[in-house]
Amino acid sequence: MMSDASNARPALLEVRDVSKAFGAVAVLRSVSLEVTRGEVVTVIGPSGSGKTTLLRCVNFLESYDSGSIRIDGREVGYRDAATRQRRSERDLASMRAETGMVFQGFNLFPHLTAAGNIMLGLTKVRGKSAAEARSIAEHWLGRVGLAHKADSLPAELSGGQQQRVGIARAVAMEPKILLLDEITSALDPELVGEVLAVVRSLAEDGMTMLMVTHEMAFARDASSRIVFMADGGVSAVGPPKEILAAETTNERLRSFLARFRASHF
Amino acid sequence: MGYALNFNLIWRHFDKLWGGLLLSLELAVISIAIGIVIGLVLAVWYVSAGRTVRAIIAAYVEFIRNVPLILLVYLVFYGLPTVIDIAYSAPTSFVLTLSVYSGAYLVEVFRSGLEAVPRGQLDAGKAIGLTPWQRLLHVRLPTMLRITLPALSNTFISLFKDTSIASVISVPELTYGAQWINFNTFRIVEVYLVTTAMYLVTGYALLFALRLVERRFRAAR
Repeated sequence: MMSDASNARPALLEVRDVSKAFGAVAVLRSVSLEVTRGEVVTVIGPSGSGKTTLLRCVNFLESYDSGSIRIDGREVGYRDAATRQRRSERDLASMRAETGMVFQGFNLFPHLTAAGNIMLGLTKVRGKSAAEARSIAEHWLGRVGLAHKADSLPAELSGGQQQRVGIARAVAMEPKILLLDEITSALDPELVGEVLAVVRSLAEDGMTMLMVTHEMAFARDASSRIVFMADGGVSAVGPPKEILAAETTNERLRSFLARFRASHF
Repeated sequence: MGYALNFNLIWRHFDKLWGGLLLSLELAVISIAIGIVIGLVLAVWYVSAGRTVRAIIAAYVEFIRNVPLILLVYLVFYGLPTVIDIAYSAPTSFVLTLSVYSGAYLVEVFRSGLEAVPRGQLDAGKAIGLTPWQRLLHVRLPTMLRITLPALSNTFISLFKDTSIASVISVPELTYGAQWINFNTFRIVEVYLVTTAMYLVTGYALLFALRLVERRFRAAR
């Protein structure tokens, strides 16, 4: 028995018909997308189009009303999509440990040093010894160019440095997929480059990523596919060249790109 | 004025004041310690509970904050033993009262601190896979503590001064010692001058120590 699906490369992340409303406002309308292992998928779209909500549903920081999200074949927030029985908090915690997330506002723990921020998950969730966690933290701080800042508190770091610690904290957990939520939006323009360079090097290592960004040039260079969202739905999906082409026939995408170019160039 | 200050009688009975000060500190430390436990447990419960529990905790806080401490002290020491079968010494009764009293103030301090912890930090704790208990212990409480330290210091100093109310049920703390010397020597100005100075110096010392702790844990932003 051979179906079409069994021939295709199995997706690491499968989002199927996910819908979500905040009260009367529908923020996600039957969103479906897939990310295969090693892929970098970028979500673009006007603000309010549901990009961030979609990302937050993937690690169940937000619940959703219907549909299914699977990582490596396992349903994320619910025991199964049909009964929609919510997983226990313990289950949710262990599933979230499989996805890394980097936030727009960095969200470092202010009472812990750069190394401490990275070590918390390693010791409490992964059960590593303090010494082992410390050496992993130092390794990743080196990777993001902050080996010398291991013992600095977040308040002593620049925005770009804090965000690089945020990335190190997420990848040190060896997640199956990394979620990046507008990670350069809160940074001064001159600090954006250092953060994107880190993301690019992770992509080269084969890290699977789903990211929301307004950095179009970066999206074009770094992504395997781009998803364009509008009004809570997926309006277009394709390789960067196709999606970002000026002559696209998708009316909404064209006006989004036109407005984007007008405001950014 | 023909009043000549004479401290000799005060120094002769200074052990009443010194012993009183030590007892005042002891009453404050024990009551605050119990109050911290009450405050923390109820504040954590409050922020995660439903409407009914919140209403009950809020009622406790409002009751305590709107009744003078001296009335609560009378109620617990004279009132309770006549209603229920319970017997305790005056100091125990006072510690019980001040604990419940400080608990109500500390619930408020801790609750507002817990609610002031930025949502993003909790999200970050979830995202690395911490369980709710781990998020409370390793993310929410440490940040809450930094946010609330200044308010905590003020509450502690205030509670230390409140121990003077124990004198009304004859607990031999500092104010009671002052009254005893006054009744027995009639050196009213001298004894209350010395007592005031003792409260002042102790209060400042406490504040200084707490400010050091604050500086050590200054809220990192």
